[in-house]
Amino acid sequence: MKIVFSIRLALFVCALLIGASAGLAQSNSDCLACHSDASMQNASGHSISVNEHKFGSSIHGVLGCKNCHTDIKGYPHPDKIAPVKCAACHADQAQGLAASVHSDGAEHPCTSCHGDAHSIYPKSDPRSTVYPLNVPKTCSACHSTDGMAKKHGLDSVYPSYIDSIHGFALSKEGLLVAANCQSCHGSHKILSRKNPESPTNKANVPATCGKCHAGITENYLGGVHGKAVAAGNMKAPVCSDCHTAHAIEQPTADAFRMRSTPICGSCHTDKFSTYRDTFHSQLGALGGYVETARCWDCHGAHDVLPASDPRSPVNEANLIATCGKCHAGANASFVKYQPHANARNRKLNPALYYIRLFMNLLLASVLTFFVIHTALWLIRSRYDQIKRKAAEGGKNA
Amino acid sequence: MPDLQVVATPSVENEGKYFRRFTPAQRYMHAVLFSTFLGLAGTGLPLRFSQSLWARKFAGGVGGFGAILFFHKFCAIILTLAFLVHVKDIVQRGILNREKGIFWGSTSMVANWKDAKDLFGHMRWFVGLGPRPQFGRYAYWEKFDYWAVFWGMIVIGFSGYAMWFAPFFAHFLPGWALNAVLVIHSEEGLLAILFIFSIHFVNTHLRPDSFPMDMVIFTGVESEEEFKEKRPLEYARLVEEGKLEERIGEKPAAWQLNFSRVIGFTAISIGLILLVLTLSAYFRE
Repeated sequence: MKIVFSIRLALFVCALLIGASAGLAQSNSDCLACHSDASMQNASGHSISVNEHKFGSSIHGVLGCKNCHTDIKGYPHPDKIAPVKCAACHADQAQGLAASVHSDGAEHPCTSCHGDAHSIYPKSDPRSTVYPLNVPKTCSACHSTDGMAKKHGLDSVYPSYIDSIHGFALSKEGLLVAANCQSCHGSHKILSRKNPESPTNKANVPATCGKCHAGITENYLGGVHGKAVAAGNMKAPVCSDCHTAHAIEQPTADAFRMRSTPICGSCHTDKFSTYRDTFHSQLGALGGYVETARCWDCHGAHDVLPASDPRSPVNEANLIATCGKCHAGANASFVKYQPHANARNRKLNPALYYIRLFMNLLLASVLTFFVIHTALWLIRSRYDQIKRKAAEGGKNA
Repeated sequence: MPDLQVVATPSVENEGKYFRRFTPAQRYMHAVLFSTFLGLAGTGLPLRFSQSLWARKFAGGVGGFGAILFFHKFCAIILTLAFLVHVKDIVQRGILNREKGIFWGSTSMVANWKDAKDLFGHMRWFVGLGPRPQFGRYAYWEKFDYWAVFWGMIVIGFSGYAMWFAPFFAHFLPGWALNAVLVIHSEEGLLAILFIFSIHFVNTHLRPDSFPMDMVIFTGVESEEEFKEKRPLEYARLVEEGKLEERIGEKPAAWQLNFSRVIGFTAISIGLILLVLTLSAYFRE
């Protein structure tokens, strides 16, 4: 509060000085003599009325009209007046905006986000369009199905976000610390995620999420994926690769459990294909039985470690405990089961390979023999039947 | 108002004598066997081809895998019990009561030299190189069906229980065997499904001599004409031993035939649908 007060004081002093130096000072009430008329419009039909009360309570309420509308020297003033340059005071924000994805046009002047120029409130004020609980709504003006999402070919992210755990915390619980758009994307200097400086650039995602999820990020950075990303291997997953950026589901929810394995499988293709051969996958793929082991049930989720690491849940020493989470009574022999056995690989799994080969040969030989046998039988029987019916003088059966 | 004739029964079935081929116990055994088999196939196939769309839709439709697993295990237990009843029956009749014709002879299910000769003779007849062999009570393909099911139940049953009670079986099976049982269970199950739904269906029901269905397993009896034509040696043996009269049975009632047809065609239709789905999924893998 102290800072805000001193800023306000500084602005006030500033305004007084500017006002004094202008000589022919016009007070706000002079302007409001006309502009307080709620129906006042300019030539192109835009409202040019100002609500004195609202303006007075806004963050700029201490300023005079002329502080922003600098080209108005007296009355009557020209029909066309210059656009207000917010940058005159807000230079840092203007610089950020100029470098951002929102720099590109008239569609993004300050008021797109901050709302009506004459009723801008500090972001800590619930009336502000950039108050944390209002930010998603403000961004959704463009970033939703009906907005410019279509126009610019951007994903419509607002619906995903608002149904996510972050969106729920914000909209249902009114949690100020819940991540809103700008928690991850920043505010004025919003950059494309392709830009290495962007907080949503893949390399920066762990740090961005880690601003709130510090403990999990620490776990993640200690695991193979975190280390790979830190070493510049951008194939390794960051938070958003598994949890997605906006829709973020509860990892324990059925839908996420159903989707999670193919996410790991998109890189670990060999492990995915052998997993699919197993009962875990066959059961799991059918739905309604989401308890079956998914990758992270055994390997861990954030701090995935190599099996050789004694801390890994799939390290030999930990297998009985890991398998035992689901399989009560798991013993040393039970955990010799290979969840990624490959029956097609003779070198890795010879016993399984020959069993599968035997079963396939049995299947193929029995069926081949009997298909030929029975097909010939069918033909011969039908042939005899037709002959018999013909002999009896009837038509073909 | 004229009487409504619901089903026009072929005239052959209305004439002459009928002879018993299967006892009620054998017919019930077949009924238990095919209904649990259809249940096991219907719930096992979606698992085997869990990546297929139909498998997922079907599983979703019946309540997800939880339901599928329940039905699979339920049918498995019934089938296991049926198998044990059958084994007990063989032991009692063949070993304890020393009944003749269980382990050898013309009424036994055990294959003999004649079956080998019949197989070759039959195939020579298919291509017009010889006369049609004369079959006894059980022809070679019927014995093959029997032993395929017998062996299949042991193999599929054992591997199934090994998966169901994996931690218990791990006490005396090596670790790799737990991997092997799934491969064995699914491949042997696939063989059983493909065999029953194509070969057994055609050999027994759909071939021209029996088309569209051999009713004898449902009604227990067959006409004298059919008996003589299909199993001439058995007929001759009974005449020779003077036991033919003992086998005379009643002509099946119309409701019995209709009931059997409904059940039989339902089973065959389910089987054929599963066969098409299996083949399409198998070749798309």
